[in-house]
Amino acid sequence: MSEELLSVKNVSISFTQYVQGLNQHELKVISDLSLDVKKGEVVAILGSSGSGKSLLAHAILGILPENGTCEGDICYKNEVLTQQKKEAIRGKEICLIPQSVNFLDPLMKVKEQAIGDVKGEEREEALRKQREIFSKYGLAEEVDDLYPFELSGGMARKVLLSTALLSNPELVVADEPTPGLDEKSVKETIMDIKNLKEEGKGVLLITHDINVALEIADRIAIFYSGFVIEINKTENFADTGKLLHPYTKSLIEALPRNGFKLTEGVQPLEEVPGCVYYDNCPIKSDFCKENRPNLIKCGDAMIRCHNYDKEVK
Amino acid sequence: MIELSPIDPVKSYAAEMGASVQQIAALRSYWQVDVPTYQKLIDWLLDLLQLNLGVSLIYRIPVIKVIADKFTASAILMLTSWIISGVFGFSLGIIAGAKEGSWVDKIIKGYCYLLQSSPAFWIGLIIMMIFSVYLKWFPIGLAVPVGTLASDVTFFDWLYRLILPAFTLSIVGIASIALYTRDRLVNILNSDYFLFARARGESHWSIIKRHGIRNVLLPAITLQFMSFSELFGGAVLVEQIFSYPGIGQATVAAGLRSDVPLLLAIVLISTVFVFVGNTMADVLYKYVDPRMRGEDDE
Amino acid sequence: MSKVSFLNPLNSMNLRQKTLLLIVIIVLVLITIFISSYSIDTTNMVTNFALRNQAPSFEHLFGTDWLGRDMFSRTIKGLGLSIMIGAIASILSSFVAMIMAFISSINKYGDLVMSWLIDFFSSIPHLLLLIMISLCLGKGAWGVIIGVAFTHWTSLARVLRVEIKEINTSEFVNLARKLGKGNLWVAKEHILPLVVTQIVVGTLLIFPHAIMHEASITFLGFGLSPHEPAIGIILSESMKYLTMGDWWLAFFPGAALLVVVLLFDILGEEIEKLLDPTKAQK
Repeated sequence: MSEELLSVKNVSISFTQYVQGLNQHELKVISDLSLDVKKGEVVAILGSSGSGKSLLAHAILGILPENGTCEGDICYKNEVLTQQKKEAIRGKEICLIPQSVNFLDPLMKVKEQAIGDVKGEEREEALRKQREIFSKYGLAEEVDDLYPFELSGGMARKVLLSTALLSNPELVVADEPTPGLDEKSVKETIMDIKNLKEEGKGVLLITHDINVALEIADRIAIFYSGFVIEINKTENFADTGKLLHPYTKSLIEALPRNGFKLTEGVQPLEEVPGCVYYDNCPIKSDFCKENRPNLIKCGDAMIRCHNYDKEVK
Repeated sequence: MIELSPIDPVKSYAAEMGASVQQIAALRSYWQVDVPTYQKLIDWLLDLLQLNLGVSLIYRIPVIKVIADKFTASAILMLTSWIISGVFGFSLGIIAGAKEGSWVDKIIKGYCYLLQSSPAFWIGLIIMMIFSVYLKWFPIGLAVPVGTLASDVTFFDWLYRLILPAFTLSIVGIASIALYTRDRLVNILNSDYFLFARARGESHWSIIKRHGIRNVLLPAITLQFMSFSELFGGAVLVEQIFSYPGIGQATVAAGLRSDVPLLLAIVLISTVFVFVGNTMADVLYKYVDPRMRGEDDE
Repeated sequence: MSKVSFLNPLNSMNLRQKTLLLIVIIVLVLITIFISSYSIDTTNMVTNFALRNQAPSFEHLFGTDWLGRDMFSRTIKGLGLSIMIGAIASILSSFVAMIMAFISSINKYGDLVMSWLIDFFSSIPHLLLLIMISLCLGKGAWGVIIGVAFTHWTSLARVLRVEIKEINTSEFVNLARKLGKGNLWVAKEHILPLVVTQIVVGTLLIFPHAIMHEASITFLGFGLSPHEPAIGIILSESMKYLTMGDWWLAFFPGAALLVVVLLFDILGEEIEKLLDPTKAQK
C-alpha cells in the first residue's frame, strides 16, 4: 500500500510578466513545494482559490505555459520526470481531471474528445471503452453526441472525470473538481474519488474546499502564500491540538464560525525574506522575520515553522 | 457627349442626377437646369424602384447592361482570388500558428506584414513587370482599349488575361486572412481545452488538426466573407493596371468622366455585394456553429 | 533577476528597452524622411533630357525618368507629401471618430444613429467611397484628405464606443454619479484619461491605411493633381514606361512607400504594446 507514486521535491514555479509600460516582473507562484502521493492514497492541497495551486498540476503534466519556469524535481515511481517522459506518460499513467467544462473543445462532441485521435479498429475499441466508462459514471448514451455547452454542471463533471479515466491511469490529478456544483453532484464527486482510491489509484486533489478535503483526503497539505506550510494526516484535523502550524490551527478553529469556508489568506505579492506567516503569527520570534523556515519532518507530519526546528531552538 | 470639366464636379454631380427619362434632355439642358438637387435625387430613387438605373454617359447604353457585363467579369476575378487567398492564407496561418515563435512563423509573419503594408497597385505593377515585360508570358494589359466590352473578347483571351489580375488579387488578400488565422490559432493554443487535450496525451499536430482547425475555420471563413469590401477595392486597382474589363475599370472610367448614373449604380451594386458577404457570414455562424444551432446534425 | 526565461532571445535587454529603442529609431527615420523631403536639393529634379531614362547608378540611386529627373529626389518628395497627407487625414479621422463616439454616448438615439452610420460607411467599399468624396470635393489634396478622414473613422469609433460603454457602466463611475458628480465631470475625470490610449494608438493605426489609400486614389487619377510629386502620380506615370523595361520607375518609389507604411504600422503596434501590456504577454 505504501508504494510511492508521485513525489514532488522542492518545486518552485515562477512567471515572467509585463506590467504597464512593459516593465518586467518576475512572479513566483509556488515556492519550494514538496509532497508525495502513494498508491491508494488521496492527498489534498488546500489553499485559497486563485493562489496558483493549479500550476502544480500543470507542472506535473508538463503543460506549463511558455513564460513559466519550473525548478526542482518531480518524480513518478522514483524516476525523475523529464519533459519528454511527462509527454510520454501523460494521458496514460497520469491523468488530469480539469476544473470546468471550458477544458473541452466547444465545437466537438464529447465522445470524440474522450477517445482522442484514433482511427480504424482502434477507434472502435476506444469508442467501446468510452461507452463503458461513461455508463459506469451514469452517463446515458445520448450524452456521447452532445457538445460541451449542452452539458449540465453535473454531467460535465462526469464527462471530464470519465474522459480522464479512459486510459485507466495510476495517478489522477484532480484540479478543483467541486466548485460550482450543487450539493448532490459534490457528494457524487466525493464518492467517485473515494472509489478511485479503492481501486488503488493515487489521487492528488487540488482544492480550496476544506470540507471536500477533510472528507476524502488521507493527508492534507496546507498551501499558504506560495508555500506548503504543513502536511498532516486528515484525522489530526479533528483535534487542533494535533495540528502543528499556527495558521492551520487558526484555520480549523475558525471553521464553525465562518461556515466552514477557507479564510482568504493574505498573500504578500512581494517576496519576504523570512517566514510568510510572520505578520499574522502569534508565536513568532525575531528570528522568523529574517530567516525562512524549511519544510521539516515532525513525527508523521511535515511542518514549515522554526518553532518545531530543533536546530533553531 | 459632354466632357465635363473636372473643376466643378459638384455641379456636374448635381446636373447629372437627372432621371433616366429626362436624362438626354437634362444633359442637353445642362447649363440651364434649375431643378433642385433633392428633386433629382427623389427622381433617381423613384426610377430605382422601377429598376431603372438610367443610361450610362460613356457607354451610351443602359447602366444596367453595363453593370451586368462588367460585374460578371469582375465577379469571376474576385471569386477566383477570393478562394485562392482564402485557402493559401488559411494554410499559412495554421502553419505559422502551430509553429509559433519558430523561424517558419517569423518568415510567414514577416511576409504577411510586408504584404499588408504594400500598396496593392504596386504589387500589380511588379507582377506585370516580371511576367509580362521580362518573362513575356502574358500580354501587357494596356494593349486593350478602355471600354472594350467583355463580349467582344474571346473566351480564351479573357481567361488568359484573368490569370495575372487574379494572381495579384490573391496575393494581396492572403495577408489578412493568414495573420488572423495565426492569431486565432495561437489563442486556441493558450486555451483551457488545448491544455486538457495536451494533458490527455494528444500530440501537438493531432491537437492542431482536431481542435485547432475546427475552431479556427469558421471565424476565418467569416472574416473572408467580411472582406468583400477590400476585395472590391483591390479589384478596382488591379483591373486598372491589367486593363481587365470589369467593374473596377468601369468605376474609374465613370469617375474620371463624371458618368454619374453609372457611378451611382456601381456604388449601389457594390454595397449590395458587401452586404451579401456580411449576411453570408452571419448566416454561416448561425447554421454551422453548434452553439448557435441548438440542434446538431453533423 | 535570478532566472530570466527564454523571453529575450536577443540579448540582455528586456522587452521594454527594446520597444522603446525601436520606437525612437522609427520616429527618427520618419522625421528624417519628412524633413529631407523639404530641404532636398531640387536641382536634380529639373528636366534634363541628357539624363533620360537612366538605370540606377551611384549618381542617381533610383535612376532617372523620361524627363531626366532624379527619381530618388522625386521619391523622397513624394514620401514627405504622403506623410503629411497621412498625418492630416488620420488626425481628422480620429476627430470624426471622437465626435461619433461622443454622440453615441449621449443617449440611446445617439447610439442608434452612430451604429447605423458605422454600418453604412463600412458597407460601401472604401475605395469607392473615397472616389465619390474626392469627386464631390473636386479632386486635389483636400478631396483626398477629407475622403480618407471620412472613410477611416469607423474602426476607432467602434473601439471608443465599446470602451465608453464599459466605463460608463463600471462601478467607480456609478459611485461617482451617486456622489452627485455630473456627466461632464465623469467624462473629464474618468472617461477621457482611459480612452486617450485608444485614441493615440487608433490614430497611429489609421496612418498606414491613410497613406496607402491616398496613393491608391492618386494612382487612379482621383487624388492629387499630376503636377504634385506624389508617389501615386509617379507610379501611374511609370506604367507607360514599364513596357520599355524601365523597372526602376515603379520599383523604388513603391518600395519606399512600403517601407514608410511598414514603419508606421510597427510604430503603432509597438506603442500599443507599451500602453497596453496584455498584448505583450506572450
